[in-house]
Parts: sequence; C-alpha cells; structure tokens
Amino acid sequence: MASGFSAYLRRDLLLAYRRRGEAASPLIFFVMVSTLIPLGITPESARLAEIAPGIIWVMALLATLLSTDSLFASDYQDGSLEQLLISPQLLAMPVLGKITAHWMVTGLPLTLASPLLGLMLSLPAEGYVPMMASLAIGTACLSLVGSVGAALTVSLRKGGLLLSLLVMPLYMPVIIFGSATVQSAIDGFAWFGPLAILGAMLAAAIALCPLAAAGALRLTSIN
Amino acid sequence: MPNTPLLAVERLQFERDDCNVFEQIDLTVGRGEIVQIEGPNGAGKTTLMRLLTTALQPTSGNISYAGQDIGLCRYEYLSDILYLGHQPGVKMTLTAEENLRWMAADSSRSAQDALAAVGLAGYGDVPCYNLSAGQHRRVALARLLTTDARLWYLDEPFTAIDKQGVSFLEKCMSDHVKGGGAILLSTHQDLAIDGVRKYGISPHADQRGL
Repeated sequence: MASGFSAYLRRDLLLAYRRRGEAASPLIFFVMVSTLIPLGITPESARLAEIAPGIIWVMALLATLLSTDSLFASDYQDGSLEQLLISPQLLAMPVLGKITAHWMVTGLPLTLASPLLGLMLSLPAEGYVPMMASLAIGTACLSLVGSVGAALTVSLRKGGLLLSLLVMPLYMPVIIFGSATVQSAIDGFAWFGPLAILGAMLAAAIALCPLAAAGALRLTSIN
Repeated sequence: MPNTPLLAVERLQFERDDCNVFEQIDLTVGRGEIVQIEGPNGAGKTTLMRLLTTALQPTSGNISYAGQDIGLCRYEYLSDILYLGHQPGVKMTLTAEENLRWMAADSSRSAQDALAAVGLAGYGDVPCYNLSAGQHRRVALARLLTTDARLWYLDEPFTAIDKQGVSFLEKCMSDHVKGGGAILLSTHQDLAIDGVRKYGISPHADQRGL
C-alpha cells in the first residue's frame, strides 16, 4: 500500500527533474511578481514592511495555484491515469505521493526562496522564521486542497479558471492564518497560535484530501 | 475449478445519458481462449473494455471472474488483468526503459530483454519524445512480455504498428493463450491465429437515432 505512495513520489520527482524549466516556473513567477510590488507601490521600507507578510503570502498562493492545474493533466492525457484507476492498490496512496511530489517541487522551493523576498520587501527581522514555518506548512495545505480541484477539472480542456474558482475559497483560511502568523511575530505577539491552527489544517488535509481527490478522479473517469 | 470460465459476463447493460450504449451482452471467456469483439464504430467496444476493467460501473448485469463476482474479489481480479487502451500510457519525458520498469514494476523479466523483443533494442535510454507513435505502442506492447496477468484486454492493439509488429503481437498472443491465459481484444482486422472466437456487439436501439 505504501509502495504506491513512494513509487509515485519518485516518479513525479523524476518527471519534474526532466522538465526543470517547467517545474521552476512557479518559483520564477513568485520572485518576479514580488519584485513588481516595490516598483508599483513604493520603495519606502517602512510602508513596504507593513504589507510584506500579506504580499508574500498572496504571491505564494498564486504561484501554487499556477502549477496545481498540471497535477493530473499529463497523466490524464497519456493514459497513465487510466492505468492508475484500474490498478489494484488503494487509489489515495498514489495520489498522496503525487501531491507530496508537487509540494516538494513548488511549495518547498517557495519557502526556501521567501527570505530573499522578505529582504526585498523590508520584512522586519523577527518575521523571517515565522514566515518560513508558515509557508512550509501552508503551501502543503495548498497543494493538498488544490489536488481535489485538479482532480475534478482534469477532464476539462480549459479547466484552469474553473479550478481557481473552485479552490480559492478553500485557500482563504490558509492565507488568513499564514499571514497572521507572520504579522503576530512582527507585532511582538506569540505566533505559535496561528501556526498551530495551520498545522491542524494540514493534518486534516492530509487525512481527507487524497481520499477526496481519488474519489473525484473516479468520478471524472466516468465520462 | 477448471470448468468455470475465467470471465463471465451476464446481461451487461450500460447507460450513458439515459440511453443504453449497446444491446445486452452475455459473454464467457475461458482459459486458453481469444475472443475478438467486433462491431461498427460507436458500437461500444471501448465502453465494454472499460466496464470490464472497472473504470466504468455497469448499469445492470454481472461480471464474474473465476466464478466470483468482481466486486467481491476486486484486488485479485485487478491484479490479474492487463489493459492496453487507446492511449499507450507512455510518459514522454521518461526513457523507454524507465517507462517499462514503471509499468511493469513487479516483473521477473528484465525491461531490456522485453524492449529488445519488441524491436526497440538500443532505444532503452532514448527519451520517449524522440520516438514515433508506433514506437510508443511498442513500448506499451512490451508490457505484454513482462506481465504475469492471465487476462488481457487489448483495445485496438494493432493501431500504428507495422506488419512485423502485427505478427509479433499475434505470436505473443498465441503464446499467452497456450500458457492458459485468455485474451479479449477489439480490432477490425482479421487475425492470423487459429481458434479466435468472434463476438459481435451492436449499438442499442437508443443509439440509432430513435
């Protein structure tokens, strides 16, 4: 059962490695768009520092959303999804493997690159550790929730927009508590509270989202 | 239980958008048998294959495997079938050998041998986006050599492969049924194998514009 998880994790990481350019695009998007903020709003560090936590979180969310679309798309097109659906193993484990690979290719690099953006947006020093911790946990939630939307829209030719509409409302709690973690740390309050809530969301998402995505894949395969 | 057929389909019906796709299907496939599904385009051959592989759920009727309903022995049944559909399931960015290793993870026969047998010797390290459509089919067909599955579902297996490939596939199929396996395939070509039983399916009256 667990072998389905690790087999798909390894395969998707290998596929991402073979298409490095494509896999790097969410990260490049994240950095590029965040660079526009000081240009568009103000280069004044005092004002930038105020909005930095929110901006970084919104950009991370959009960057993740950008890549969620492709989670099952290529498997659907080349027929390997069909093979997965008729394999004897429990469908949720391979799906969780794919989601984990997706997080390692998008969420994790975003987390690691975020201090650079913090510097660019004059994020106060006490915000860095909470930002990275909340991004690491939060982007995993985003990948998990996004997988359900991706599974539901996999058979649509232009499912990208519908996918955004489906998963955006579910992303809201993540961004609220994610940026709250960073904001509380900057304001000098304890930041473990919002982070713990993010952790609770992740625990729930790990338990439920692979099952929901697996169910959605079976549903879309009917047509 | 040597007398129970490997696969038995009884009164199978499938509705799509409240219309029956094909006339009721009753079909048995025994060990050592090749059954060729025939029917005009749109008769529901692929739908039948997908019903048999459990990718679709039938509206009514039973499918049983070695005498047992497939809902009750799902794991055993799915472990014992191999399905080749219209899309070969080949990943473009992986090499031929990686694809085959992936598709036949628990195989005893080495991927290199199987690739050589389907005429792709030396292509093992070539990424599949550099191969032709026929060669993609051949990568998928190499699965037939590495699998332990007894029941094969082949949906239009001759698409895009050349004459040599066709005779290779026919040999592969007759070897499989000699070993006690069974094959259900859909194709419009006549096979050069003896003892192929033909089973015609026809679109349901709902589908003929009535």
